[in-house]
Amino acid sequence: MSEPTIFELSSPGRVGFQLPEFDVPKVDFPQNLLRGNLDLPELSEIDVVRHFTRLSSLNYSIDKGFYPLGSCTMKYNPRINEVTARLPGFSFSHPLQPIKTVQGNLFLMFQLQEWLKEITGFAAVSLQPAAGAQGEFVGCLIIRAYHQDRKDYKRKIILVPDSAHGTNPASTTMAGFDVVNIPSDKRGNVDIAALKLVCNENVAGLMLTNPNTLGLFDENILEIINIIHKAGGLVYGDGANLNALLGIVRPADLGIDVMHFNLHKTFSTPHGGGGPGSGPVGVSKELADFLPEPLVGIIEKGDDEIPPLYGFFKPFKSIGRIKSFHGQFGILVRAFTYISMLGKDGLRQVSEYAVLNANYLMHKLKEKYTLPYDRTCMHEFVLEGIWNDIPDIHALDIAKRLMDYDFHPPTNYFPLIVKEALMIEPTETESKQTLDRFAEAMLKIADEAHTNPQLLHEAPHHTPVSRLDEVKAARDLVICCWPVKDN
Amino acid sequence: MFIPHTDDERKVMLETIGKTSLEELFNVVPQKYRYPNLDLPVGLSEMEVLEQIQDLADANDACDNLVCFLGAGAYDHYTPAVVDSLLRRGEFFTAYTPYQPEISQGTLQAIFEYQSLIAHLTGMEVCNASHYDGATAAAEACITAYHHFQGKRKTFLLSPAVHPDYRATIRTYLCGFEGKLIQGDEPNQDPLSTPESLIPSIDGNTALVLVQYPDFFGRIFDLSNLVKKAHEAGSLIAVAVNPIALGLIKAPGEIGVDIVVGDGQPLGIPLSFGGPTLGLFATRKELIRKVSGRIVGETMDAQGRRGYVLTLTAREQHIRREKSTSNICTNQGLMALAATIYLSLLGKQGLRKISELCYQKAHYAAQNIGKLRGFSIKTDIPFFNEFIVKCPKSISLMNNFLIDHGFLGGYDLATISPTLENHMLVAVTEKISKEMIDLFCEKLVEVANE
Repeated sequence: MSEPTIFELSSPGRVGFQLPEFDVPKVDFPQNLLRGNLDLPELSEIDVVRHFTRLSSLNYSIDKGFYPLGSCTMKYNPRINEVTARLPGFSFSHPLQPIKTVQGNLFLMFQLQEWLKEITGFAAVSLQPAAGAQGEFVGCLIIRAYHQDRKDYKRKIILVPDSAHGTNPASTTMAGFDVVNIPSDKRGNVDIAALKLVCNENVAGLMLTNPNTLGLFDENILEIINIIHKAGGLVYGDGANLNALLGIVRPADLGIDVMHFNLHKTFSTPHGGGGPGSGPVGVSKELADFLPEPLVGIIEKGDDEIPPLYGFFKPFKSIGRIKSFHGQFGILVRAFTYISMLGKDGLRQVSEYAVLNANYLMHKLKEKYTLPYDRTCMHEFVLEGIWNDIPDIHALDIAKRLMDYDFHPPTNYFPLIVKEALMIEPTETESKQTLDRFAEAMLKIADEAHTNPQLLHEAPHHTPVSRLDEVKAARDLVICCWPVKDN
Repeated sequence: MFIPHTDDERKVMLETIGKTSLEELFNVVPQKYRYPNLDLPVGLSEMEVLEQIQDLADANDACDNLVCFLGAGAYDHYTPAVVDSLLRRGEFFTAYTPYQPEISQGTLQAIFEYQSLIAHLTGMEVCNASHYDGATAAAEACITAYHHFQGKRKTFLLSPAVHPDYRATIRTYLCGFEGKLIQGDEPNQDPLSTPESLIPSIDGNTALVLVQYPDFFGRIFDLSNLVKKAHEAGSLIAVAVNPIALGLIKAPGEIGVDIVVGDGQPLGIPLSFGGPTLGLFATRKELIRKVSGRIVGETMDAQGRRGYVLTLTAREQHIRREKSTSNICTNQGLMALAATIYLSLLGKQGLRKISELCYQKAHYAAQNIGKLRGFSIKTDIPFFNEFIVKCPKSISLMNNFLIDHGFLGGYDLATISPTLENHMLVAVTEKISKEMIDLFCEKLVEVANE
């Protein structure tokens, strides 16, 4: 039985929230500007609470179970993060308050900038970007600004490996570059020969995800970066997979020039059903002046008695502003909390156990699934979701059947270079028992695929709804609580 | 803590994969750079961390203690208890983007309801699942217009009375668009010019006209002539709205605009130093395929039951890659949920009343501040809940005094224009009582005489 919409639950005249009475004399509102109809639903408080509680029960979530979505780093979201982000001193602070009244916020942001610099080796970090995709876009704009500042206007090309997330080429285009795709080699690395072939004075940079979306650390990483640098280009690091590298290696040490972080992946802030995330950007010394404004800095040095005064500043050659105010502050508080709790050793353990979990699961699953790149993986790995002897079973069928075993499916159909990809990222917060149960389900599904393929084709069987008609959704296009009227 | 492995389990797992140590997993990392010695603090217990962070929160002097007359794009409205109580459900906040609809109907239906509420509120036909904030939504409106005209119209006409952060963000977003022209808000323009003053600049190369409604200064203009002129020239017109004001003022859809953007923060989202908030984005139906961001559509499952999915995904970056019009992946899901719960709870009558409370209290404040010696109200046309006060002293000086007396004063307009020295933009919400407005007036007199 499906849940009615709030509009269907509405009853004319019902009121859900009481506001205070007018305590000031009223003045007239100009009639020519007055709104006519306001079609909002009318519900009581309990109607609203029950409706959204019932909706919540239709969701899978990390709190409910294992969520091995590749490249999404669905680790446990610590509850203390939710407490700190809601401390009234933070949550009631206005973004335009005089800076002396928000020194707590500014210190937190300054310290987080410093910590992110230390973890990755970059010279400067901006906390501005609202999400990973926006961080990427900012990175591309910084690369553009760097070349233009050097009056090197011919560099119009950004190289993107074929294993890259779709956001890489999209961000690149938005920044006004042309994309040239670079193939991968047989071991899942960037194809060096192909890279050399396209590297010339028109190349602005390379967007590199390392570990890449196959979960593999590129075996030629230093050589790749060197090739780009020699050609006069810059290397952008996609930080989506940073969860494999904390305390293991600093991207800037390898020569990466600019990288975004995903605080909602690596640093445990919740995904929120699709945001808000946060995508800070780190850069080398040469690029620090181009970061988006504002950055947080010490604007008056302190001494033994007076603490320093923190404030905002605009970098000298800043690409400008990329959103209102100062970044997704509430998310920054959560990431700050997480780093404070884990500390130096805890962060390294995060990556060690994320990688251990992925290798353990990979080892168990390759018994019955094709593993196209069979070498030690980092925090994730990619299987083929198809068998030669039963070609009509697809990755999607396996994904849907997993729901019947009460697991969230892996990422499927990405990366594009693996047929029927199943991309699995367990994260460090899952126990051996959970991984064993998941492996057991996956192996059982591999058997079912052979013995009872119908079971997979019709899956899921035990979810609130079964497979949904996506073609109908796009064709009929009902995207509001009434059909879109044809003119 | 957050890593559950026991020593024994680690050993068994390593054995299973044929490794002897965790270090062996990282042999591929260039040895020279492996295991950097990070200068980071040692980890602490939850109790200790909370204590440290509480100290930071306490180091602020925020609107939990101050009476807030500051707005300028972020507003201190009351958030009903129901909103956060529901947002704290792990089923919502620990879920991912709803790529697997069979186990994400909660998130999907909530977004569908969000789209419906925002479409109704703005008077538009369709709405996406949200952008990062008002500024990025405004920038995406420009990009939508650019693609609507297939890059053939390249002028973007911005009213100088649009929020300065929105205009700055648009400039950054469009910097890679060759040949584009951003006009209307040049530094020599009067920041207080009216929407009508944009009309002479509209021509056949104009892709989009953007105004704010109510504008950055709180003023409400009748936009119908501007809309008419923009359409006569074949261009699109977008307005940036304050959603609370739409409880009272004419919906942009009624005036015939093409795109409505705005920041959803006033809809039950905490100030939180300016983020995360919510970017509203609604359009006419004809533009839907040019709109970026997630969109949820209604459909049916194999048994004929109603359900929801992400739809029109063929526009998006993970499919179209370099051919997509935007790189946006996620939305502000949880913030959109907050707005959905807020609007469901307030409903038809509640939103109208909160809008009227803001309007009436702001007008009471303006009337009384205008009577004070040395102060005058510079907003001489209808306004919603913000207005300009010319003060006898510099605003930073006034605000320092006010903070010491428990008030967060208005926005210093000298920040955006030297012609607005000693001008304060004052915002009033339903949270401020008549008594506090009277006291605020008293303090203004005190600081003027000091």
